[in-house]
Amino acid sequence: MDAIEKQLYASPRNVRYIFTVTILILLLFSWSLSTINMENMEESGMRIAASIIGGILNPDLGLLFNVTSQGVMYLLIETMAIAFLGTVIGSILAIPLAFLSASNIVPKPVAGLTRLLLIVIRTIPALVYGLMFIRVTGPGPFAGVLTIALVSIGMLAKLFVDTIEELDTSILESMTSIGCTTFEKIRYGIFPQLFSMFLSIIIYRFDMNLREASVLGLVGAGGIGAPLIFAMNAYRWNEVGSILIGLVVLILLVELFSNRIRTKLVRGT
Amino acid sequence: MYDKIFPPSKISLPNGKTVHEKRSRTPIVLVLVLLATIVSVRFTNFDLEVLFTRWKEFFVIIGEMIPPKWDYLDHIWKPLMDTIKMSLLGSMVGSLAAIPAAYLASSNVMSKPVAAWSKFILSILRTLPTLVTALIATFIFGLGTLAGTVAIFLFTIAYVGKLLYEQIENADMGSFEAMEAGGMTKMQAFRYAIFPQVLPNYLSTSLFCFEGNVRYAAILGYVGAGGIGLLLNEGLGWRDYASVGMILLMLIITVYIIEKISEHFRKKLI
Repeated sequence: MDAIEKQLYASPRNVRYIFTVTILILLLFSWSLSTINMENMEESGMRIAASIIGGILNPDLGLLFNVTSQGVMYLLIETMAIAFLGTVIGSILAIPLAFLSASNIVPKPVAGLTRLLLIVIRTIPALVYGLMFIRVTGPGPFAGVLTIALVSIGMLAKLFVDTIEELDTSILESMTSIGCTTFEKIRYGIFPQLFSMFLSIIIYRFDMNLREASVLGLVGAGGIGAPLIFAMNAYRWNEVGSILIGLVVLILLVELFSNRIRTKLVRGT
Repeated sequence: MYDKIFPPSKISLPNGKTVHEKRSRTPIVLVLVLLATIVSVRFTNFDLEVLFTRWKEFFVIIGEMIPPKWDYLDHIWKPLMDTIKMSLLGSMVGSLAAIPAAYLASSNVMSKPVAAWSKFILSILRTLPTLVTALIATFIFGLGTLAGTVAIFLFTIAYVGKLLYEQIENADMGSFEAMEAGGMTKMQAFRYAIFPQVLPNYLSTSLFCFEGNVRYAAILGYVGAGGIGLLLNEGLGWRDYASVGMILLMLIITVYIIEKISEHFRKKLI
């Protein structure tokens, strides 16, 4: 037995642990297999699949490039407006909540309670908020804006807190030692550290909100979701195709730009 | 361009040299954001008056959810378990299928055109909202949990696949080249040189994706793709807010437990 083989056999073996995890995963897998129920599958499924693909390959170009308020372009801009305004409102609301849940700023119990509230806000699906806000403002993009604002608070505040808690306090100490006032410390010590990170988080959330906003239409909260579901229920696959193409292109473009801006912000050039 | 319109200010230092300080871009960004906000307000019929007169309605609904209707719990178990099963199966099969997908999409082990096409398909799959995929799936597979599982499966492939091919492309290629030079095929070299490098991260990503999928699966029932979303939709439709409160409470507890378990394993992996 040479040195290499010795090293190989000397490595720790947690066979029992791996075995248990494997068995556990297999059990969970077989337990979840019951979701496959073929009895609802109809014969027409394959034909519909073919016509969906056909529709996406032959989109309704007239609808896609239509600039009136029925066209895909207008609906996409409306979806973007919902996501944008929702992100702006959500980030304004998230900032105080973030400071309230940062354990190095407020006492522990307050921070704990705010965190619990944030977890609750984050877990409730956006569609539920959408259905609730429709009762408040009536159907339309306005309900969508409020939904997006509320949904974004949860994640934004959580990421803000992480940034606040990672704040480099040695800068503040050195500013105190050269005699800066509290205002100066906030302006030149804390603000520059937080600003670019917050902005980067907000842009990331805008990216996500655009996806959320595109499905909110399914419950009647404005945006492109409603025409999509109408077209589907009426089996107008060409329209579905043009809406989906518009949506995918928009989301990909926004993702590209937001990634560029965010790398710029984080690297600071 | 910007520097030409607003020339950088000159500062002369005591030693006679001058340095240029570029003008801040903050004002123009602020103006643009403000403009975009105004346009968005126009587009979405944002109305502060409505908000101020009717915001209480929202809390009236929340007030009705508390206390939740406890005996509704019996109705919740099966759909809740269905939701978990859907996301479990979709995430497991999806993350397994993500391995070949990521292999095809990595430009350091596949030829450039194949990798580019695979990346393109993955990004389209990732962009389609899960709810829309589920809606399409209900047309093909019929109403029920299968459609939801397919939607989650597709999203998982795209999400795990993307993060995995980024990992593979950043992996250390030294041992891969050495193994290829030693006579292994590309597949074998991938298995023994690159796969062990990306394995912990891959497992952690899959767990993270599973966490997210439980949340998504909760709403898939809205379009008829099985799970607890159906009950949510019914409860909200009939304004039976106490039951909705119970469903949401169970959902929050479930998601919290799953998050804690997955966090435990993810910390162990990295």
